[in-house]
Amino acid sequence: MYSTTYHKPASIEDAIAALNGGEDTKILAGGQTLIATMKQHLAAPSDLVDIRAIGGMSGISAAGGALTIGAATTHAEVASSAEVKSLCSALCDLAGGIGDPAVRHQGTIGGSLANNDPAADYPAAILALGATIKTNTREIAALDFFDGLFTTALEENEIIVSISIPVPQKAAYAKFPQPASRFALVGVFVAQTDDGVRVAVTGAGEDGVYRHQGLEEALGSNWSASAAAGVPISPDGLMSDLHGTAAYRANLIGVMAKRAVAAT
Amino acid sequence: MTSIKMTVNGKSVEKEVADQTLLSEFLRENLRLTGTHVGCDTSQCGACTVHVNGKSVKSCTTLAVSLDGAEVTTIEGVANGELHPMQVAFNDNHGLQCGFCTPGMIMSGIDMVNRYKASGQELTSDAIRHELEGNICRCTGYHNIVKSIQDAAAKM
Amino acid sequence: MSEQGIGARVKRKEDKRFTTGKGKYTDDVRHENQAYAAFVRSPYAHANVNGIDASEAEAMDGVIAVLNGAQLTGDEIGNIICGWAVNSKDGSPMNMGAWSALATSKVRYLGDAVAVVIAETQALARQAAEAVLVDYEVLPAVVSAVKALKSDAPQLHDNAPGNLIFDWEIGEEAATDAALAGAAHITEMKIVNNRLAPNPMEPRSAVATYDEAEEHYTLYTTSQNPHVARLILSAFYNVAPEHKLRVIAPDVGGGFGAKIYVYPEEIVCLWASMKTNRSVKWTSDRSEAFVTDAHGRDHVSTARMGFDENNKIVGFKVDTVANLGAYMSLFSSAVPTYLYATLLSGQYNIANIHCNVRTVYTNTVPVDAYRGAGRPEACYLVERMMETAARELGVDPSELRRGNFIGEFPHQTPVIMAYDAGDFAGNLDQSKEAADVAGFAARKAASVANGKLRGLGYSCYIEACGIAPSAAVGSLGAGVGLWESAEVRVNPVGTIEVLTGSHSHGQGHETTFAQVVADRFDLPIENIQIVHGDTDKVQFGMGTYGSRSAAVGLSAIVKAMDKVEAKVKKIAAHILEASEEDIVIEGGQVKVAGTDKAMGWHEVGLTAYMAHNLPEGMEPGLKEGAFYDPVNFTFPAGTYICEVEVDPETGVTTIERFTAVDDFGTIINPMIVEGQVHGGLAQGIGQAMLEGVVYDDDGQLLTGSYMDYTMPRADDLPFYKVLHNSTVCPNNPLGIKGCGEAGAIGAPPAVINAITDAIGNNDLAMPATPQNVWAAIQASGKSIAVQ
Repeated sequence: MYSTTYHKPASIEDAIAALNGGEDTKILAGGQTLIATMKQHLAAPSDLVDIRAIGGMSGISAAGGALTIGAATTHAEVASSAEVKSLCSALCDLAGGIGDPAVRHQGTIGGSLANNDPAADYPAAILALGATIKTNTREIAALDFFDGLFTTALEENEIIVSISIPVPQKAAYAKFPQPASRFALVGVFVAQTDDGVRVAVTGAGEDGVYRHQGLEEALGSNWSASAAAGVPISPDGLMSDLHGTAAYRANLIGVMAKRAVAAT
Repeated sequence: MTSIKMTVNGKSVEKEVADQTLLSEFLRENLRLTGTHVGCDTSQCGACTVHVNGKSVKSCTTLAVSLDGAEVTTIEGVANGELHPMQVAFNDNHGLQCGFCTPGMIMSGIDMVNRYKASGQELTSDAIRHELEGNICRCTGYHNIVKSIQDAAAKM
Repeated sequence: MSEQGIGARVKRKEDKRFTTGKGKYTDDVRHENQAYAAFVRSPYAHANVNGIDASEAEAMDGVIAVLNGAQLTGDEIGNIICGWAVNSKDGSPMNMGAWSALATSKVRYLGDAVAVVIAETQALARQAAEAVLVDYEVLPAVVSAVKALKSDAPQLHDNAPGNLIFDWEIGEEAATDAALAGAAHITEMKIVNNRLAPNPMEPRSAVATYDEAEEHYTLYTTSQNPHVARLILSAFYNVAPEHKLRVIAPDVGGGFGAKIYVYPEEIVCLWASMKTNRSVKWTSDRSEAFVTDAHGRDHVSTARMGFDENNKIVGFKVDTVANLGAYMSLFSSAVPTYLYATLLSGQYNIANIHCNVRTVYTNTVPVDAYRGAGRPEACYLVERMMETAARELGVDPSELRRGNFIGEFPHQTPVIMAYDAGDFAGNLDQSKEAADVAGFAARKAASVANGKLRGLGYSCYIEACGIAPSAAVGSLGAGVGLWESAEVRVNPVGTIEVLTGSHSHGQGHETTFAQVVADRFDLPIENIQIVHGDTDKVQFGMGTYGSRSAAVGLSAIVKAMDKVEAKVKKIAAHILEASEEDIVIEGGQVKVAGTDKAMGWHEVGLTAYMAHNLPEGMEPGLKEGAFYDPVNFTFPAGTYICEVEVDPETGVTTIERFTAVDDFGTIINPMIVEGQVHGGLAQGIGQAMLEGVVYDDDGQLLTGSYMDYTMPRADDLPFYKVLHNSTVCPNNPLGIKGCGEAGAIGAPPAVINAITDAIGNNDLAMPATPQNVWAAIQASGKSIAVQ
């Protein structure tokens, strides 16, 4: 790795100061992607600002029909949270399927969302559940947050503080892992919420996570596996690579949607 | 360079390290604890797995400097006077061949048994296979690794 | 059977150091004032190198030197060679292209090294390597062997027109054609054997140290055969004379063939240590391993097998194109010829076989032996053909095989090999019973009721191990003899060191070899130490590959023990005043049979070294060496049965049962042998379902890390049922056949036969990933049938 300067601020203010103080600074939230990228010399930040020591950045709470998860909360903490389990067990399942146990001990929800890898799991949940991303300066609705591959609505040096997730009526996530990386080749998160049905697809879209209108309409009128199975899934706009052609991914979207609904 | 202090295998250590030093490099090069291995560069093989504050992490994807004040246990610190049941089980069940992935397997094995015991879940062979998603072995075909962890779980 | 002798499940002596983190691998070696190497590698598959500008790198603080190919050849470091000469069928020699450890004017694969940076730290060396500016003139590339043979393909080496290395054949073509012409049924297939990356978990590493005062080099390296490495580095690469070069292969984290060869990095580290007068260390990371470790397999074949009206095979004709990559690696020529086509008779009585093999240069990593080496390619071909023929003929695939099994031994095949022993029908019967083939129909019905497909596939494999009789391989072009050496040293206190030329990198020799010695001299296994992997300790050795360590390496130890025993008996007879013929060794004592006269084993040792009272004319000491040259190959064989369930909606395939019955001859330690089978099966299943090296048309590697190259993981694999049906090998003293490669050889066709049985579409290539299986199901229309 190239040399870098590490900062571990104890407050948002100090973090912002550190972020503004470097030439090419990056936020370190769990590092499970960033450090790997730095090792490959694909990223060479002058400064790393570790936000995990900032008070209140991690932890899970429930109030007013919503779950609030601190940005630095690890996947393992979400997966094993009794509160999340009782209010939205699909999120536990999803978090428990990210990476592997050691990665889940370090990787965080905020890091995953800020990175917006097109094959990451969390973006599908956040989009389908209609969550709100709270940063140091504002609140961003999930619908406005994801902006294409590895791109989000976050401004430079804006820090995700927490994620607020309205508790759904029903929700489930079905993931089909890419055989080598075990990232999502296709992941489908289905949710029945107070605002209606949302179905978010990760791993497959050329522009990253997206909502599937056809599935939402079908499940909106009939929440059943057979309704999901009856929706034609177009391969248009889906990624094609070594591990899955667009046609295969389209097939998997239908199958995963069906299985997710069946699991609710 | 930053001065960091941590407890490694029960002993307090204090070193100056470059900020980009990975925990795996810190252990292998600064402390010469070479039992922690590096088998890939994409955080997947798990040969580098150690425990930080009692939880498994991939030392190749962790900055040493971020662990100031942490307690780190490596394969060299697992035996406490006598071999850990997981180490014994790997020998009893022929859970290793070339030995390169073994430290990571043992560290992950101990971590999963601890977690399952703490939560009262049964660690079935299927669960062990799932839990080993982040540990790759090229020699054993996993058959005897799964058996080793099952065996150790019964004795831990 | 004792608790520690031949046949006992002795727990491994070597495990403690590995389970406690005390193993010593090459990358664990760090000398005082260690310097580090990083290579400047071509990002292109094919390019002219018009210039190298290292000035920026050289100016970086902490950079010791930047060295290039012109300097290397200027110092008369030799080109890398292929050690097995295979001629074309017209008698012309193979077209070996020049391979310099650092490319000079042209690079021929992505990863080909053009320069090396030596620096004070590894990180700095890598950063400086990125600062070396190379002026590449990119050329068109070709990665497919079949395409490389086309007239308009880019040419890699001037001395290999059409990229053809050799065009070789074995067997009688006219007779085979005639037999096929008269066949009642012909099965014809095009079969691809997918390219694999070996991926031992320990990346390759080398630490080279030059001692200026002694003009002596020491190399720690990740090698399966340190003596062969020293020989080649000395005799062919001109790095140092043998007596001035010590090669140590300490604990080595798996090899699988990939660590047989001497690679450019080892040559360059040694040379650079002399140039810089520093100890130079290089350790590959995984990404570098994917573009430098020799790959395996990569065959494209067409095959025709003819049957008579009684379903007996009358002829088998194969045409194979084998991709050897950009340069000829050490054993590359032997793999798709003598290790492949000589096994095309399988377990079957086939009177007429002909195989033509064209080996080809492409802009890819060199291809060489990977676990099984040629034999998996042969087995896959034969066993896919047999299963397919059975389907076409409408007969039970196991019965078609049984009807063609060789039943009498020795059996001379038409493709060189003379099988010495086996029980093919017995293997089949035992495996069918163990796999509960009788209950398959009910299990299939249950799967179908559950919306799943279920299939069962066989593989009756045979392989040739114990490589090999030196004169025989010499006549076929091998550049070395393939014997093994051993030395047995009984110390004055009676403990024993065994020095062996075999190398253990996971196989457990420190335990199994000690078991044989403990068994022979009836001594505690703790009193026996196996020493290997250091050219300064062990006189010579040919190393470990081709499942040869037990069959050849242990045989050498047995021969040395024969000599030790003879001397022990002479000494004891002298001291105990008895006849040598009456001396027996048991229970830690050397006794006169039928009397109470005895001396301790350790007393014999002491007597030999004190030399106060030895028989007239006897030399002092108790240490004997032996070389063993095998008289034939050995022929492990077995039947594997794979049972799979397929989810037709996704193509996900799970192995529900995998049953292996192997005939390895005598087994020293069943626990270790079963472990070898488990690992081989995982690699075979990996080839069949998960793994495949893929290049794009420009020669860029699409599977360059574990993000895209699918390594088998615990949840991809089942528990295996592993059983034995041993017939003793008549050609070595212990009756051993070898077990290291069987799983990787036998598993792939069993898996693909099972999946194609399940999905009802025989057109399925390896790896049968979910996507490929799903596509094959779509093509077969089976998905509709299930719904």
